[in-house]
Amino acid sequence: MNIIRIEHIAKIYQVGSEEVHALRDVSLTIDKNEYVAIMGPSGSGKSTLMNILGCLDTPTKGLYDFKGINVSEMTDNELANIRNREIGFVFQTFNLLPRSNALHNVELPLIYSGVSSSDRKEKALEALEKVQLSDRVTHKPNELSGGQRQRVAIARALVTSPAIILADEPTGNLDTKTGEDIMALFNELHHQGNTIILVTHEEYIAEHANRIIRIRDGMIESDTEVRNRIIPKAHNVEN
Amino acid sequence: MNSILFEIKEGLLISLRAIKANKIRSVLTTLGIVIGVFAVVVMSNAVRGIDKSFQEGVSSLGSDNLYIDKWAWFNSEIPWWEMRNRKNLTLEDFEKFKELARLPVAVAPSMWSTENVKYEDEIAQFTNVQGTTAEYIETTNLDFESGRFFTELESNASRNVAVIGSAIADVLFEEGQGVGYEIEIENKKFKVVGILSEQGSHVMGNFNPDNQVYITIGSMFKYFMSTHRRSLTINVRAGSSLEVADVKEEAIGVMRRVRGLKFNEINDFSINQQEGLLSEINSTVGVIQIAGFIITGLSLFVGAIGIMNIMFVSVKERTKEIGIRKAIGAKKRTILSQFIAESAIICLLGGMIGLFFSVLATLMIQNTDFPISLDFDAVILAVSISLIVGVFSGFAPAYKASTLDPVDALRYE
Ligand SMILES: Nc1ncnc2c1ncn2[C@@H]1O[C@H](COP(=O)(O)OP(=O)(O)OP(=O)(O)O)[C@@H](O)[C@H]1O
Ligand SMILES: [Mg+2]
Repeated sequence: MNIIRIEHIAKIYQVGSEEVHALRDVSLTIDKNEYVAIMGPSGSGKSTLMNILGCLDTPTKGLYDFKGINVSEMTDNELANIRNREIGFVFQTFNLLPRSNALHNVELPLIYSGVSSSDRKEKALEALEKVQLSDRVTHKPNELSGGQRQRVAIARALVTSPAIILADEPTGNLDTKTGEDIMALFNELHHQGNTIILVTHEEYIAEHANRIIRIRDGMIESDTEVRNRIIPKAHNVEN
Repeated sequence: MNSILFEIKEGLLISLRAIKANKIRSVLTTLGIVIGVFAVVVMSNAVRGIDKSFQEGVSSLGSDNLYIDKWAWFNSEIPWWEMRNRKNLTLEDFEKFKELARLPVAVAPSMWSTENVKYEDEIAQFTNVQGTTAEYIETTNLDFESGRFFTELESNASRNVAVIGSAIADVLFEEGQGVGYEIEIENKKFKVVGILSEQGSHVMGNFNPDNQVYITIGSMFKYFMSTHRRSLTINVRAGSSLEVADVKEEAIGVMRRVRGLKFNEINDFSINQQEGLLSEINSTVGVIQIAGFIITGLSLFVGAIGIMNIMFVSVKERTKEIGIRKAIGAKKRTILSQFIAESAIICLLGGMIGLFFSVLATLMIQNTDFPISLDFDAVILAVSISLIVGVFSGFAPAYKASTLDPVDALRYE
């Protein structure tokens, strides 16, 4: 069963008298446990697409089914629920609450889904353990390195056990080494059965995925399976 | 239901966190509300105090009293120049009235004069000296600190005896002394036979028993007032408020006979009642109240605008935070209640501080004898006002926050 199905999605921004076609005509489906990399030049519409897939934004035209439900007919509250429970968003700039510690940042989605405070803490600690940050739970974002911050953000995305994880250039603000660590983490999450869509500029990062979608000028240029996936050292699974 | 409570609780926790994170700004924000609540509470305490003092003063007059007078106390349909042309009420009128009226439980004349009252070196200047008879005390609810009212014997013989209000006694004598002393009223010696206990009315002026000296009506005419120069007042007590109407009816008939009026002549006297005084007082207090609340309401309004302003700034500053919260699943109403709760908590805090200072101020004012009253209503007033202001002034900023587009908000730097 596919989790995401979009057909003929377009997004048009009105800037003054000019129309900006951020997305022209995009159709794709994403299945459970896929690991998809989206690539393309700057301004090609990758973030726009991710925001639409993440229910943060609505398309100007086209159809979006999430788990078989038409997203364009959802109310604001239903969209908030989808974002809260079904989607884990990881941003390039981490987007953590600066004044809250790691634990509270990870707990936040659970607060909005009404989980009681003891369950919340347990789940948040579990998620932080998955990203190997058990020893940093009381640190605030400014007391953490970039890689650690991104791992807190990933823990926050994971904590609700979402149907899909969307990551828009998650390594864009990190050095190569730290970026590799984060990619290893995504790989592991994929092997644990998560569905992941990831935007990146770097070929070597895209090669972690098993499918690469290239976008240009708001259109899909190519959509290919990856044959020779890079398998991070720490995890030797299938080739 | 449970989830709403849960959301309220979490909203409050989030707000408290935000307030703690911006301590200085939160404190500055509350300043307007502190001042506003302070003003409102002190004002309402003062209005209540004034009102209470009026009411007490009036009730010390007795609720079932009639006052027969040349003048109507309050706006009446009779023009003032006609009342001026009325004959004065005289002691003879009073005596005839007393003889003919069957229903009243007590009647007494009153004649006022303003004199300096002296004891040794102490002087109470411009004191209301009231000449009356022994029966006067039965037309009032007055009670005594020490001593007694003058007797019928003393009043019939026009003895130089005096009964003194508590405020005058405070001026002239040491605490607890006075009865048996000789005072001078315009160089005439009077023996003090009684001192009234404090009636506590600060605002009744001539009506305030605390500021009166009572002497016999005979002495009054002998020393201070030629017999026909001024009109006197006849104090009539009905006995119970149920009988007031009957007593009034009879009093009108008797007075017409006393004054020798023909059937086609209109009354040349007025019958006044405390009721008139009460409604006059209520409208005075009402005016004070309205003026007070307009003024204090204005300061509260300024405070509310301040809160609203700062909440708008806060929403603007935290646009990114709002974007993050929305991206991970905060609903519109969650954001809305978070910011309203924040504004309400800030205002409540300000209200509490304002309340604290207003209680201090009230206690200080009480020391100066100004009628101001403190009670638990002030707490309810402060809490409800600050909550209302908080919710109202927080609403627009909170609404703005709740409707932010998540993508735009996330992009905000
Ligand atoms: N809010 C907006 N208003 C107007 N135009 C916009 C808006 N957001 C995006 N665009 C335009 O839409 C196009 C696609 O933007 P998008 O952010 O999706 O690109 P991107 O592929 O993510 O680029 P990058 O790799 O630089 O992040 C760009 O031309 C951009 O200028
Ligand atoms: Mg982008």
